[in-house]
Amino acid sequence: MEDIYISGLSKSFGSKKVFDSLNLTIKSGVTTCVMAPSGAGKTTLLRILMGLEAVDGGSVTGLEGKRFSAVFQEERLCEGMTAADNIRLVMSPSASLPAILAEMDRIGLDSCGDQPAAELSGGMRRRVGILRALLAEYDVLFLDEPFKGLDEALKEQVMAYVREKTAGKTVVFVTHDRAEAAVLADEVIML
Amino acid sequence: MRERHEIRLWAVLFWIAVWQLASMRLDSDILLVSPFRVLCRLGELALTAAFWRAACFTLSRIASGFFLAAASGVLLAAVASRYSRIRELLAPVMLAARSVPVASFIILALIWFSSENLSVLISFLMVLPVIYVNVLGGIRCVDRQLLEMAQVFRVPKIRVVRYIYVPQVMPYFYTACSVSLGMCWKAGVAAEVIGMPKGSVGERLQQAKVYLDTPDLFAWTLVIVTASLFFEKIVLLLVDKIARACSAMRAGR
Repeated sequence: MEDIYISGLSKSFGSKKVFDSLNLTIKSGVTTCVMAPSGAGKTTLLRILMGLEAVDGGSVTGLEGKRFSAVFQEERLCEGMTAADNIRLVMSPSASLPAILAEMDRIGLDSCGDQPAAELSGGMRRRVGILRALLAEYDVLFLDEPFKGLDEALKEQVMAYVREKTAGKTVVFVTHDRAEAAVLADEVIML
Repeated sequence: MRERHEIRLWAVLFWIAVWQLASMRLDSDILLVSPFRVLCRLGELALTAAFWRAACFTLSRIASGFFLAAASGVLLAAVASRYSRIRELLAPVMLAARSVPVASFIILALIWFSSENLSVLISFLMVLPVIYVNVLGGIRCVDRQLLEMAQVFRVPKIRVVRYIYVPQVMPYFYTACSVSLGMCWKAGVAAEVIGMPKGSVGERLQQAKVYLDTPDLFAWTLVIVTASLFFEKIVLLLVDKIARACSAMRAGR
């Protein structure tokens, strides 16, 4: 799989310039952590890569025809659907429910598979969002501050799980937490 | 999802008693017939085949108008939410359908068409703008973040509609149905009273007026109210079932 090339990328919101001729290369098959202080445009960069935000100038190559998966800053769950169904929503129709439940068990989501998303705690919702992204079929995974809101013990458990599941895959990971980057990243880019 | 209007038996009985006392005080069947007399007349009518034919005639036409308008309203709202030009094109039509007095529509329809299916057209015209406006509002309020999530994961369109749009638009559709169901019965029967299609409830009401047959007028009114309430319950139950069936994820999907 080819690398992702960002060339001469420009993006502004009104008079606020976020990127001015940004050039980056994101290697395939590794986890690349993009680090920057808050407000530097990390989320905007991910949104551009995911095709959710138009650019003012420049180009992004290497993502054509690729399948994406993502953990957003917000969980973005269907509130009326159960935790397991939220995960199944993005999977192929042949996805097996017992297999999903087994994966849920691994990150401490046992016994909440049948619970509507609206009834889950913040930490549970976060993990459902992470699991949804990891179990979907993808070529590139985007993680936008994925561990926000998890307590330290849980964060370690989930980070180890993410590390295991994303080995050898192309992951673009945005954070401002150096400890998270140290555990997950193969490459680090400072914006 | 639903707003319950509590109807207590004691309150119903209270107003029936007031009605009974008023009719006893007036002591004139033409001015105000007693509830007992109305029930007796209704019993007599119910034993005739013509009664059931008239009730079915009106029910089938008003129901057809309602379902046709509900389907068209949802479809047009879906298209209008996608294309702003269609939305702009439909805006004056929907405004006209909401603002023009129903009597104008009835008279115009009588000039253009026969009276037989008049109530279909009138109930359609009453329901369409309500469903359209509400469903369009619902679609435009659907959570953009969920739609973005579906876009990133390339969730098939059919699943997006079923699991994201339907659950979020359904409360708007339910409210629209609840509001328009009563309206379509009132307007549909009014159209029949003016147009007098042969064998309709409206025709029977008109005859009751001509012959000052107040027991018949009340009996037929009771039939309309009962049919309207029954129809409303069935439709809202159906909408609820559809909403549940749509949002419940099944293995086959």
